Amino acid sequence: MKYKRDPELIRSVLGNKVQFILGDMACVYGGLLAGCSFFGGYPITPASEVTEGMARRLPRVKGTYVQMEDEIGSIAAVIGASWGGAKSMTATSGPGFSLMMENYGFAAMTETPCVIVNIQRTGPSTGQPTLGAQGDMMQAKWGTHGDFEAIALAPSTVQECMDFTIEAFNLAEKYRNPVCVMADGEMGHLRERVIIPDEKELEIIDRVPATIDKKKFIPFTSSQTRNSKVPDFPTFGTGYHTYVTGLTHNEKGFPATDKQPDHEKLVKRITSKITDDLDKLTNVEKLYLDDAKTVFVTYGASARPAESAMEMARAKGKKVGMLRLKLVWPFPYKEIQKLASKVDKIIVPEMNLGQIVHTVQEYVEGQCKVVSAPKIGGEMHLPHELYKYLEGK
Amino acid sequence: MPDVRTADKLNKKFLREEMWPTIFCNGCGHGVVLDYTFWAIEELDLDMDKTVFVSGIGCSSRLPGYINADGLHTTHGRAIAFATGIKAANPDLNIIVFTGDGDCSGIGGNHLIHAARRNIDITVIMINNFTYGMTGGQLAPTAPLGSIATTAPYGNIEHPFNICELAKALGANYVARWSVTHPYQPIKSIKEGIQKKGFSIIEFLSPCPTAYGRRNKLGDIKKHWKWYDDNTILIEDYDKAMKYGTDEEKEKIKNKIQCGVFQDIEKPGFFEQYEKLVERLQEKRVKGGKK
Amino acid sequence: MIEIKEDWCKGCGICIERCPVGALEESDKLNRKGIHPARLKEKNECNFCRLCELICPDLAITVIPDEKVKKDVKKVLLSPTGGKNK
Repeated sequence: MKYKRDPELIRSVLGNKVQFILGDMACVYGGLLAGCSFFGGYPITPASEVTEGMARRLPRVKGTYVQMEDEIGSIAAVIGASWGGAKSMTATSGPGFSLMMENYGFAAMTETPCVIVNIQRTGPSTGQPTLGAQGDMMQAKWGTHGDFEAIALAPSTVQECMDFTIEAFNLAEKYRNPVCVMADGEMGHLRERVIIPDEKELEIIDRVPATIDKKKFIPFTSSQTRNSKVPDFPTFGTGYHTYVTGLTHNEKGFPATDKQPDHEKLVKRITSKITDDLDKLTNVEKLYLDDAKTVFVTYGASARPAESAMEMARAKGKKVGMLRLKLVWPFPYKEIQKLASKVDKIIVPEMNLGQIVHTVQEYVEGQCKVVSAPKIGGEMHLPHELYKYLEGK
Repeated sequence: MPDVRTADKLNKKFLREEMWPTIFCNGCGHGVVLDYTFWAIEELDLDMDKTVFVSGIGCSSRLPGYINADGLHTTHGRAIAFATGIKAANPDLNIIVFTGDGDCSGIGGNHLIHAARRNIDITVIMINNFTYGMTGGQLAPTAPLGSIATTAPYGNIEHPFNICELAKALGANYVARWSVTHPYQPIKSIKEGIQKKGFSIIEFLSPCPTAYGRRNKLGDIKKHWKWYDDNTILIEDYDKAMKYGTDEEKEKIKNKIQCGVFQDIEKPGFFEQYEKLVERLQEKRVKGGKK
Repeated sequence: MIEIKEDWCKGCGICIERCPVGALEESDKLNRKGIHPARLKEKNECNFCRLCELICPDLAITVIPDEKVKKDVKKVLLSPTGGKNK
């Protein structure tokens, strides 16, 4: 059963154009709209609804759903399915994300497109399963061993859960890298209104399949047909006889573990293919930044109380603004540097003990003050709590 | 119609000659398993464009690198999970998994259990050399009681893992075990395993003179290969002796390793059932007129 | 006729050991890896059973049946799983 994306069938399965659904379900909707045809999942609070939603809907759009035996099996099956030609995704939370780290690195090394939805919960370890947090942000970038470049999106509304999942698939296919959607338990279990976009409003990007002569094709080098560091994709079963390995490999795909130049060339290419496009990838929302002297730099669920605090301050005449990071990795450091030269103070509210604040501090380079506003324990910040940060020095 | 009749022509058709000679030590049985697999594929006339080889980590898992077909060299113990994904995306592909005893039954035990239980349509060729060869000879779950390893320098006190019994209990469609020392039965068995729908697992007892043999008084290659002749017995002979033999005969063969086909049944595979489910849903949708 | 790819032979000696008629031996010359590869004896009873070809771990042996040599055994090239050549 080879999958073919059928927009009409997908929309008939999803239902009405305007719906009131969970954040988890919005991720399911986003995956189906993007053309996901394989989901390998495992139940974990608060992401179980994603795997349940996929179990119900994926067979109806002729995709394949398998509940694997554990998270490691889930991400392994997702990568395998990607090489078989399917757009594949999985969903998990903190403990499962930790288990997936080895194969996450494997996907990056072998340049396999796939999407991992992480509905974050408090940690470390089992933590508070039913309450949200943002404690995995650094793990998305540094969790696996070795050097690689991560792509991670952080939705702040249920509509964004859907839109960012579609965007995650597009980025994964374009850059041939695993992409994480870092939602959190608050977003995952929140019900809000979503509007399902029409087909003409959607942009769906597919991987570029290998089409040139089989004898001339080189699988792991810059594309031979377009100006890009991302090679064309030789799907299994199309006759290219590609050897894919997690070992350091040369351009033909064969192990080259004792040669320093091969490793350097490979790792530099798979990281620079993403960092070269930082300007194109940067995706932020700017609110009241023209005259602001104090700015909230935030992402995900924390952006919502931060926006309220900002509105409260503006009503009293204070010059406060907000920079919301929609794409957190690769980090949009140029925006931070620009901002730091204009403002006096940056406040970073996070539902963790301070993770992205360190990266912000790194790029601010002392040009202005950076204050961390952490809150842990599964409760979101309250607007008046954040307002207090605006009053302090 | 298969027309290759000599090893030379076989090599030109299936081997990546630029990767040869192999990394395997002399006296190792892995090259022999590769040889048998080639003959089996040739006799079945499989389309190499539609065959994918998946492997984990270890000496056995280096085999796909030598085969001129799509290959996926994955992380330790997870080859079977990756193979499930590839099969899900494209059920028309023939998937053959090469894995080792530590890779499959140690770290990968969970994936083996569930793939066999689900009856995923793949063929697993597990090469059992009683040790973790690539890392230097540590204790493996299949090592015999009393054997010496680098992490069991005073003798193994654990009981070995009988993977074929496990696969049989899980209801795998085809379960077999052979020694690499005789060619005809393994080649036929690999053919049967590939042709069978559903989960097939073929275990190969293979010598490792460098990591296992050297520490267990079997360092001489000829002696090591002879050990397999003396210590394996066909299932039929074992059953006959146990039923009708004298006490002396029973005592002699009691501890030998049984070889042969343990199970050969026909149960529908996972993806076959899944396709039926999808068809059922589509019919319901068309009939009901609703989503 | 037995062709042995000398640079592929690792000198494990299994073909020499397992030949049912003892037709192979170690040669005197050295290959690139410093091994004495196997070779067919001058006087041999090779009946083209192909066991050496099937069992060599390095796929280094090719057996080419010799049409001209008359032997008692029927000159039918057996397939690896038994039975006649189709």
